[in-house]
Amino acid sequence: MKKILSSFLMLSIGLFATEALTGAVEKQPLNVSAIIMFLVFVAGTLGITYWAAKRTKSAKDFYTAGGGITGFQNGLAIAGDYMSAASFLGISALVYGAGYDGLIYSIGFLVGWPLILFLMSERLRNLGKYTFADVVAYRLRQGPIRSMAAAGAIVTVILYLIAQMVGAGKLIQLLFGLPYSWAVVIVGGLMMLYVTFGGMLATTWVQIIKAFLLLSGATFIALAVLVHFGFSFEAMFKSATLIHAKHDAIMSPGALVPDAYSAISLGLALMLGTAGLPHILMRFFTVADAKEARKSVFYATGFIGYFYILTFIIGFGAISILALHPEYFNGGVAAIQNGIQTIVSDENASKILIGDKKALIGGSDMAAIRLAHAVGGNFFLGFISAVAFATILAVVSGLTLAGASAISHDLYANVFRRGRVDEATEMKVSKIATIGLGIIAIFLGIVFEEQNIAFMVGLAFAIAASANFPVLFLAMFWKNLTTRGAVVGGLMGLFTAVILVILSPVVWVDVFKNAEAIFPYKYPALISVSVAFISIWLFSITDKSKSAASERDAFDAQNVRSQTGIGAEGASSH
Amino acid sequence: MKQETVEAIMANPKYQELVSKRGRFAWILSSIVLIAYFSFILIIAFEPKIFAASMNGGVTSIGIPVGIGIIVLCFILAGIYTKKANGEFDALTQDVKNSIKDLK
Repeated sequence: MKKILSSFLMLSIGLFATEALTGAVEKQPLNVSAIIMFLVFVAGTLGITYWAAKRTKSAKDFYTAGGGITGFQNGLAIAGDYMSAASFLGISALVYGAGYDGLIYSIGFLVGWPLILFLMSERLRNLGKYTFADVVAYRLRQGPIRSMAAAGAIVTVILYLIAQMVGAGKLIQLLFGLPYSWAVVIVGGLMMLYVTFGGMLATTWVQIIKAFLLLSGATFIALAVLVHFGFSFEAMFKSATLIHAKHDAIMSPGALVPDAYSAISLGLALMLGTAGLPHILMRFFTVADAKEARKSVFYATGFIGYFYILTFIIGFGAISILALHPEYFNGGVAAIQNGIQTIVSDENASKILIGDKKALIGGSDMAAIRLAHAVGGNFFLGFISAVAFATILAVVSGLTLAGASAISHDLYANVFRRGRVDEATEMKVSKIATIGLGIIAIFLGIVFEEQNIAFMVGLAFAIAASANFPVLFLAMFWKNLTTRGAVVGGLMGLFTAVILVILSPVVWVDVFKNAEAIFPYKYPALISVSVAFISIWLFSITDKSKSAASERDAFDAQNVRSQTGIGAEGASSH
Repeated sequence: MKQETVEAIMANPKYQELVSKRGRFAWILSSIVLIAYFSFILIIAFEPKIFAASMNGGVTSIGIPVGIGIIVLCFILAGIYTKKANGEFDALTQDVKNSIKDLK
């Protein structure tokens, strides 16, 4: 039992922590080439924002880029939304530190995509207009259901934003040598410019460019690694097992998934969470029809899967190639072991530093960055650093746009004004909401600098899986869903996820410093998703009200539209 | 959409064919992904030794091709669904759409 508990603790620092780049970091010397390349990126994207601003006239342009994005472009943009800087650095660091476990993590993040394609993409596209709440509220009572869906969306967005902002601040300290607060203000300020002026069109192109740059940079590093080993994976693994502190253990599953409950619960959170992230769901409304929506997910699955394979090669490459560079390590010296060079501690020659979380200067999250320097020199290091910054910008822009849409389209236009509002006012509200969210993000980013935020991305996924997803899924698939069931069940899922995360080791022990967690597991999804589905079912079937009957009757018409797209929102004419 | 149009579409055999064929196909592919993923993760939870075993005598473990294989499987299945849905199923959808044009 004790062993299992300690594995949980390891797990809690391992998994979602990598998404958030946590812990103290030391500021690095000013990186001039990185700053210049980042300025080039900013100038380019601001140019695009200027171009996009001239084309963003209607609410439809603002929320969905007029529905005119192609499947291929949207696939890249989805990948751009999904591949965060922290997943690039965090997964390669996980592979560098633990080998095989990094692959388990990536696979969990990928498997949601084909399921979204098979079960949700065409229905979402055929029913939705601007936000996923449009789909949920299609035949239910607008006021309560949109308030609930918007609440789920806003909470998810803010948690994710905090994690990104704190990650941005720390990363920029590490990569650029700029102060933390500068980084947070720069990211927040640029994101407000992109979204307020360029809407979805600018946000989409920022994501496409970022995805292209990130994939190109990662491809270059991975190719350099493969060239180093003469394109032999066996040679790469062989060398890694000889010099890594954990030796052969890096070739097999370690402590990442300690027991069946955690395994299934984590799997559910990653899969269903992906299908309930508001900024991801919103991307389905940017394409013309169901055909393009399917293509988007197909391309996105390809790009994201390819990206995870690259991070796996990069992590393994870092093990062997960083071993040739003692200068990247704190207190490390080169030593020959098993006939091959590795890095050992200068105080204890039997302590191998390869794979150690702290030994690498800047921490193991810097493995991919150090490898970029080793294979491409200062210039390429600057490029990869600029790409990492651009990546954060793209992700926060998508998040903010999704949050602003929930405020202006769902809460303001449809709940507060009951749909009686002109487009110009609704757009104005969404721009004000964008500025508001930007200021909140900057403020929280600074407030949370020294806090332990490792739980936040995990919590965001748990809420997306337990509140947003069950309601959305049943709204599309289950005739007997009623407003009462959806609102009660959605809120139950939300609160169960939040309470269980607070009582779990990641918050109860790591943040509140209690000795033992009340809820022993880190992942609440298996319980909170079940609670959501069961309460939606129970409070729907026992709903005998008149409005419930008419909501059930409206399912047939909804289903015909979701299956065929007849009556669906088309692309804009311009 | 008018109630009569909804009923006409639901009574259309092409529509019924579309819904049942596409639905079945989507659920079969989803089951393949779910079974592959949860078998993978439960083996890791219960019998990680299976994946630790060497592939053909070298250091490469069986877990490596299995893991990469799941990533590739996701992509291939996504491709198969997209091809079939954008071709065969969308042709059926078009037939259904044409049938309501005749109604008007």
